[in-house]
Amino acid sequence: MDTWSLLSICVLLGLTTRWAVSLNSYSGAGKPPMFGDYEAQRHWQEITYNLPVHEWYFNTTDNNLNYWGLDYPPLTAYHSLLCGHVASLINPDWVELHTSQGFESSAHKLFMRATVLIADLLMYVPAVVLYCFYLSEGSNRKKVCLVLCILLYPGLILIDYGHFQYNSISLGLALWGVLGLGLGWDMLGSLAFVLAVNYKQMELYHSLPFFCYLLGKCFKQGMGLCINGNFIAVTVLVTFTLCWLPFLTDPGQVLQVLHRLFPVGRGLFEDKVANTWCSLNVLIKIKTILSTDTQLYLSLAATLLAALPSSIKLLTKPTLWQFKLALVNSSLAFFLFSFQVHEKSILLPALPVCLLLGDLPLPAVWFLQASTFSMLPLFLKDGLFVPYAVTSSAFVFYSVYLLSALEHSSEEELQLKSLSLLPFLSQSPGQFYLSVAAMAGLSFMSVALAPPARLPDLFPLLVSVFSFLHFLGLLLYFNVVQIAEPPSPRRKNPKKTE
Amino acid sequence: KNSFGLCCHEITHIFHSTDFEVHRNWLAITHSLPVSKWYHESTSEWTLDYPPLFAWFEYGLSHVAQHFDKKMLVVQNLGYASPATVLFQRLSVIATDVVFIYAVRECCRSVREEKGSKDLLVRPYFILAALLLWNYGLLIVDHIHFQYNGFLCGILLLSVARHLQGRHLEGAFLFAVLLNLKHIYLYIAPAYGIFLLRSYCFTKDNTDGSVRWSSLSLVRLIALGSIVISVCALSFGPFIAMGQLPQVLSRLFPFKRGLCHAYWAPNIWALYNVVDKALSVLGLRLKLLANLPKASMTGGLVQEFQHSVLPSVSPSATLICTLVSILPAVLSIWRCPRGARGFLRCLVVCALCSFMFGWHVHEKAILMAILPLSVLAVESREDAGIFLMLATTGHYSLFPLLFTATEMPTKVLLILLFTLYSFTSLKKLFRGFLLNTLEVTYLLGLIAVEIICEVVYPLLPWKQTLPFVTLLAKSVYCSLGVSYSFIRLYLSILRPTDKPKEL
Repeated sequence: MDTWSLLSICVLLGLTTRWAVSLNSYSGAGKPPMFGDYEAQRHWQEITYNLPVHEWYFNTTDNNLNYWGLDYPPLTAYHSLLCGHVASLINPDWVELHTSQGFESSAHKLFMRATVLIADLLMYVPAVVLYCFYLSEGSNRKKVCLVLCILLYPGLILIDYGHFQYNSISLGLALWGVLGLGLGWDMLGSLAFVLAVNYKQMELYHSLPFFCYLLGKCFKQGMGLCINGNFIAVTVLVTFTLCWLPFLTDPGQVLQVLHRLFPVGRGLFEDKVANTWCSLNVLIKIKTILSTDTQLYLSLAATLLAALPSSIKLLTKPTLWQFKLALVNSSLAFFLFSFQVHEKSILLPALPVCLLLGDLPLPAVWFLQASTFSMLPLFLKDGLFVPYAVTSSAFVFYSVYLLSALEHSSEEELQLKSLSLLPFLSQSPGQFYLSVAAMAGLSFMSVALAPPARLPDLFPLLVSVFSFLHFLGLLLYFNVVQIAEPPSPRRKNPKKTE
Repeated sequence: KNSFGLCCHEITHIFHSTDFEVHRNWLAITHSLPVSKWYHESTSEWTLDYPPLFAWFEYGLSHVAQHFDKKMLVVQNLGYASPATVLFQRLSVIATDVVFIYAVRECCRSVREEKGSKDLLVRPYFILAALLLWNYGLLIVDHIHFQYNGFLCGILLLSVARHLQGRHLEGAFLFAVLLNLKHIYLYIAPAYGIFLLRSYCFTKDNTDGSVRWSSLSLVRLIALGSIVISVCALSFGPFIAMGQLPQVLSRLFPFKRGLCHAYWAPNIWALYNVVDKALSVLGLRLKLLANLPKASMTGGLVQEFQHSVLPSVSPSATLICTLVSILPAVLSIWRCPRGARGFLRCLVVCALCSFMFGWHVHEKAILMAILPLSVLAVESREDAGIFLMLATTGHYSLFPLLFTATEMPTKVLLILLFTLYSFTSLKKLFRGFLLNTLEVTYLLGLIAVEIICEVVYPLLPWKQTLPFVTLLAKSVYCSLGVSYSFIRLYLSILRPTDKPKEL
């Protein structure tokens, strides 16, 4: 069948799934006094629409920072301002200062969901389509399948359209950045990435690979001829300045914004998240043993150590393949070892792993499935179990079916046989299915059974530890793939015999 | 491929329409009351108006329902809709859809394919499976609007598949079951009856194709008759024994409802009503008429109305129209039977006739014609063209079923998906354009109608005085398309073929 019609069908399918999920409940629905992320976004529209810029990040009588104060960079604020303007055109009650707190109605929900869909359509979906068609290899049929699989990734759909956030904008911008760099348009790529960082500061997880890749390319071209590097630096600086322009008039403003963006006073972790510190906490109570400062330094050191190998490798060998792997490794390292990580941050490593679906299908699908599973406690809190169950089973089913159907034509492409170094990750499908079955079992238990009275957090803990083990294992795997670089039987490089 | 379809059916929404309450009420009636009261019960306005076999089906379901939420089974709980109730109802639709999936599989196996088809996506098997499983109409009506049409259409398709495979007794049995589940299928009973009589009971034909009276096989006739009678007896038996048959029949055929549903199904009567209204307005303007009855037929209530200018239409008139329209088609398969495929064509024609001329037709009834037509569409080029016209128009006419703003993206996305897929896959299968320019223009006009109705009209000042113009416009526009497909299909059945095919 015609590629364009197949592509349209896949995009339509992705959109239909998204809208179907959006019909469900959102975070904090009907739960005063604080509600949830949905109310936070609505509140930001209210704040940015009604208050002048220099009051957005400050604690004033009109702006109580304890009630969902702005803690994302300026671009989010500008986006909220835009949405606030549209909201006030439709129904001013939605963004009325003070009185609209906790406002909930079906019309408002429709409006909010529509803003997410529009942002997705403008930012994320085109980036995915362009990536699959220009930066991935294979037949047209395979590219369309890739589009479908990436668009069906449940984690992003459930968080953006269920829990309610705008991750598709920041992830979309980051993907445009990857696109730019991959196609050789370094300046545009860096511009896009800077915008992404200015939308959500968590995108800094991806910053190390971007930096190392560009620097590595610079070195390759010879130290003296690094005019490009200068241009990039200028672009970055100019973009930052433009984004922060309203705040640059007063150093106090800048400091306050930074203070809001990086809350170092909040501790090593909150809630149950599938990273090292939380899992370590099960055995040794780190939070109580070490002081906050020590915790900060410890996590900083661990993160940098974990991200170091892949970054160095990327510096020495700045290719697109290395870049993608470095994105995965770096963001995963940050997720596992960093300070004050939220479970939603797993979306940051998940994006580059989506990009690897075409090259390393089994580990990629495994990771994506584990990432969705790790957010299960959040979904349960939001009442999103049914969409979670449906989308993750659909995702596993479709990706395994579609990608294995394409395998038949190119079997050697996917068996990285030299991975006998790590027998426990030997890519046998049996282990994958076992793991998926365990995840399914745990999911049902979390929803059907009540935990024993002595261990009220048993199920979230099990979920996060289980996911953590997967993430750790996959971090090691992706690092090995990047660094050891087994004879990757890709079509461009002929098989090297060692 | 089958689980492919199952996944799409798992999209559950948290919506319910009045049909949801209807079925909940029936669960309550069959569970809480003794059998003798089922057809007398009228606490709720949604009385039991399907045949007894469906009542038994609801009874069986109610036994599972009590584990979900006992309160839904209390008859007095009108409008009860706890999350557990909604979940149970949705799951029951999904569970019974298994029948539909099995039926689709059987249909696909009976489809003729040319040898040497390489690509999975272009094989008729796959296309038919996708067209049926992802049928927009069924998705919307069953899963969003809520009915058990998947289950019922599954039985219909299974019966059709059995006939295509030559297993006629099973097909007849399935149809008898279907009739006793929903009596709307009475309209296509003539197709079954004549086909089975002609092609199954008379085992041989004369050389010129006409019937050989001597070859009547009494064994087959008796077998058929006994199957049908025993199924009906099983279903109606208890009620006949209790002497409740008149009551049951009065519930099954409520002719108190008006000629048209609240939203006019795009059939002949929609056009008739519009012409009548236009003539009456014209008459008033030209001072030919004195006055008009004030009430409007497009008011959202279902009542009986008189036409102003043209003669009023009574239930018996519609019945006669329908029978008259079925007659030529049925006679043609008597005169020159074309095997199981001729029967299928006649079935679709009968379904369409009942849609076009019936009394109080619901627009959902178009599905009864579209689904069997899909089977024909993957085999013949001309049928594919008719299918594209009918399916697109029919599906669009279902739009007013979901009227809230939240459902708008869903229905638009889904109809785009289905239409895009059906057009491209059938075009690839038959290698070429299937519709001529006029038809394509008409279909593009559907988009224009939608934009005008949803976007332009609300901004106009007439919205207050004539609020139902949009529904009217959609209904009339669609009835043009449906009538056109109807005529083309009818012509295809009347066209003489070279020789009668074998069973």
